[in-house]
Amino acid sequence: MEFFTANNIIFFLLAAVILIFGFLSVTTTKILRAATYLFFVLFAIAGLYLFLSYEFIAAVQLSVYAGGIVVLLVFAILLVKNLGEETENVSCTKKIVSAIAAVCGVVACLVTLFGYGFQANENADELAANVNMEAIGQTLMGVDKYQYLLPFEAASVLLLACIIGSVVIAQKEKKEDKK
Amino acid sequence: MDYTILLLAIPFLMFLFIGLLGYKMSPKTAGLLGTAGLSVVTVLAYYTAYVYFFQNGMGAEGVWDKITVFNYTWLDLSNATRPDLRIEIGMLLDPISVMMLIVITTVSLMVHIYSMGYMHGEEGFQRYYAVLSLFSFAMLGLVVATNIFQMYIFWELVGVSSFLLIGFYYKKPSAVKAAKKAFIVTRFADMFFLVGILILSYYTKTFSFESITGNHAALVHETMGGLTFMGCSVTAIALTLIFLGGAGKSAMFPFQIWLPDAMEGPTPSSALIHAATMVVAGVYLVARLFPVYYFEAASVLTLIAYIGAFTSLFAAIIACTQTDIKRVLAFSTISQIAYMMVALGVSGYFSAGEQGLGFTASMWHLFTHAMFKALLFMCAGAIIHAVHSNEMDAMGNMKKYLPITHITFLIACLAIAGIPPFSGFFSKDEILVAAFESNKIIYVCETFVAGLTAFYMFRLYYRIFWYNEPSFEHTPHEAPRSMTVPLIVLAIFTLFGGLIPFGKYITPESLGYEIHTNWTIAISSVIVALAGITAATIMYKKQNNIPDKVAASFKSFYVWACHRFYIDEVYLFITNKIIFGIICTFIAWFDRHIIDAFMNLLAWTTNLVSDETKEVQSGSVQQYAWIFIMGVVTIVALALYL
Amino acid sequence: MNVPVEFYVVLSTLLFFIGVYGFIVRKNLIGILMSVELILNAVNINFVVFNRFLFPEKLEGYMYGLFVIIVAAAETAVAISIIINVYRRMKNIDVDSIKELKN
Repeated sequence: MEFFTANNIIFFLLAAVILIFGFLSVTTTKILRAATYLFFVLFAIAGLYLFLSYEFIAAVQLSVYAGGIVVLLVFAILLVKNLGEETENVSCTKKIVSAIAAVCGVVACLVTLFGYGFQANENADELAANVNMEAIGQTLMGVDKYQYLLPFEAASVLLLACIIGSVVIAQKEKKEDKK
Repeated sequence: MDYTILLLAIPFLMFLFIGLLGYKMSPKTAGLLGTAGLSVVTVLAYYTAYVYFFQNGMGAEGVWDKITVFNYTWLDLSNATRPDLRIEIGMLLDPISVMMLIVITTVSLMVHIYSMGYMHGEEGFQRYYAVLSLFSFAMLGLVVATNIFQMYIFWELVGVSSFLLIGFYYKKPSAVKAAKKAFIVTRFADMFFLVGILILSYYTKTFSFESITGNHAALVHETMGGLTFMGCSVTAIALTLIFLGGAGKSAMFPFQIWLPDAMEGPTPSSALIHAATMVVAGVYLVARLFPVYYFEAASVLTLIAYIGAFTSLFAAIIACTQTDIKRVLAFSTISQIAYMMVALGVSGYFSAGEQGLGFTASMWHLFTHAMFKALLFMCAGAIIHAVHSNEMDAMGNMKKYLPITHITFLIACLAIAGIPPFSGFFSKDEILVAAFESNKIIYVCETFVAGLTAFYMFRLYYRIFWYNEPSFEHTPHEAPRSMTVPLIVLAIFTLFGGLIPFGKYITPESLGYEIHTNWTIAISSVIVALAGITAATIMYKKQNNIPDKVAASFKSFYVWACHRFYIDEVYLFITNKIIFGIICTFIAWFDRHIIDAFMNLLAWTTNLVSDETKEVQSGSVQQYAWIFIMGVVTIVALALYL
Repeated sequence: MNVPVEFYVVLSTLLFFIGVYGFIVRKNLIGILMSVELILNAVNINFVVFNRFLFPEKLEGYMYGLFVIIVAAAETAVAISIIINVYRRMKNIDVDSIKELKN
């Protein structure tokens, strides 16, 4: 009975959405559907973050991942779509072989993780409530020991580089080369 | 006597010098260097002989001493059970080796001088002189060997020089074939020689001649005396094998096939190697081991005598039918060497009566034969130089054009026929006496061969110098001075060589001995020789058809003799059809299908493995990712469970 | 009465290896990219969960997750521009057609 607490139900619901749609995303043959399923997965992960009462990261996930990256992916799919080639067929051997790899990996990871014995903190909930926007803001913009201004600025430089890089790579070729 | 090492060192250094730097010198310089080196050696050899025989004189008990001048250990194989087993390089001076020193150096010097004229303008002049020096070095090393293994080493070296000289005109296929044949036949015989050495040294536990032959071969008697193997005494087997090695080098039957073909080489080298020095190496070997032969395996001596007698008869018959003058001389050499072997075979020791005469006679005949045979070859060279052909058909009435050659050739022919007072008479006579004393059959055979010898030599003489003159392309002219001077020197040796009191110097047990003349035998041999000469005069002095009638009367026997009794064909048949055809096909098949196939299998396996493993680097990112994941899983699994 | 940490860990592991499976199986380049997104998100869940349950007073995992999102966005942008370039050259975006490192 105690198994079906509200927490557990919500968690299992979210987990089910994530896993099912994740699996569908990788096994579907139509690429646009895969993007859609990915969108659902990201949405559900944002929900998970909310469940853990981390609002900020949920918001970031929704806006950047679900709202930015998936849109980008959809644009890219539509840009490179060959008409009439929507499906892809993968040979059975490849599927089985990759499944073996994945299963082995799962087993290895789970064995390790369960062998560890995570000690959850008793006061997790109360302490987590202290994580409000003010704390996050100060951590992100502070220069003390556990504060992340430098990585923040580095990330902005990285973003600049990526923007420039992708523009350069995706440029159309110069007119003289095309002759 | 320490200067005697120069006898070996000088020719060797000359060989290295001329051989390595010859291409930079003018041919004349190379020739002069070689000749100069060898003249120094000749002077030293004569000086050594003078010191040995006259200054040192006979030692105690009237015996000539054996002097070991030096003896360097080359390979020490001794241990507690065999304290004396060493391969040494040394120099042993004893009557026969000193005599051989004189023979070798004299003939070699004459050949060196003669070659200056004969080989003038030939390509490879420097190489020729280098190999001549190598040969002189090797032959000198052979005769002064202190132990049997040193003799074997120099034996092989002599074979190599012979190969190089026969194949001197390497662009001629027949010369190359002849060189190969000579080397292979002698090498094959040397295999027996080696086995004989090994058997002998296994029991006596030493290689040294002094130990083996000292004290009337007492060591051999002690160690091998009673041993038998498959019904034959082991000593006899070993000595027969050693004799077979000598038979190969000395062209006894059945190894005589290489000597006629060896005439492809330049004539002066034929004179040096195949007439006077190398071919007597077999005789020298038996003479060196004579005490062992006589005391321990007298049956082998009888075998040697019979083989020698047969060979001399065989070669003499063939010589009567040949038309190439060098081939006639080659068969004559085979015949005369067989004479020397016969003389050794019938010999005994002087201490037991007149028996030791054979040994002395053999060595004396070796000495005189070297002189007149070298002279004959050099005259042949002069004649060939004049008419540019080896065949008798291109020659006739040469006495008009080649006076000096004519006189010297005549002297040599008289010597070989055995007419007194030329040297050949004395030595051949002593052989006949020795044969008469021990074995009448051999005596009759050898006398007949003496008659045949006179016949074919004078056939050659008349045919070249008297006969009808053929049409010459250009008038033949006498040989230059460098060629005629050696002829004259050797003719002098031939004339007066018979007057040396040989018995005083060379006997089986190194005592002195006074040789008496046995008049019956002497006169009968001279009569036989004169009969041969008369027959030749009748048949060949002027052109007539008597030779053809005689040949026709012998019919098929004549044809057989002309083709050398088809022995070469028999050898070719055995090697080509039997050895190559039957035995070697299996070996060839094995080599191609199993050994080569094994190599191919290795290569094929490597290819297969590489084909499979190169798929790893496929360029496919997904494959790399898969391997990555599996790798991590493996490491985790290992970390967890180890 | 929280959900035990192990459940979250199992979830993130499964999601991770679903992403790995997708990476190896997918033929379409964009499909591979999507699988990589799945992997990154699984890792993100892990970070956030450990932060929430094991060290709730600190914010390391939180910040780290934030930066993962940032970097993933940047990397996706670059990857898409590369894919567009590949499409221009090969006229298709099959992963089997870009094996220039073969052998």
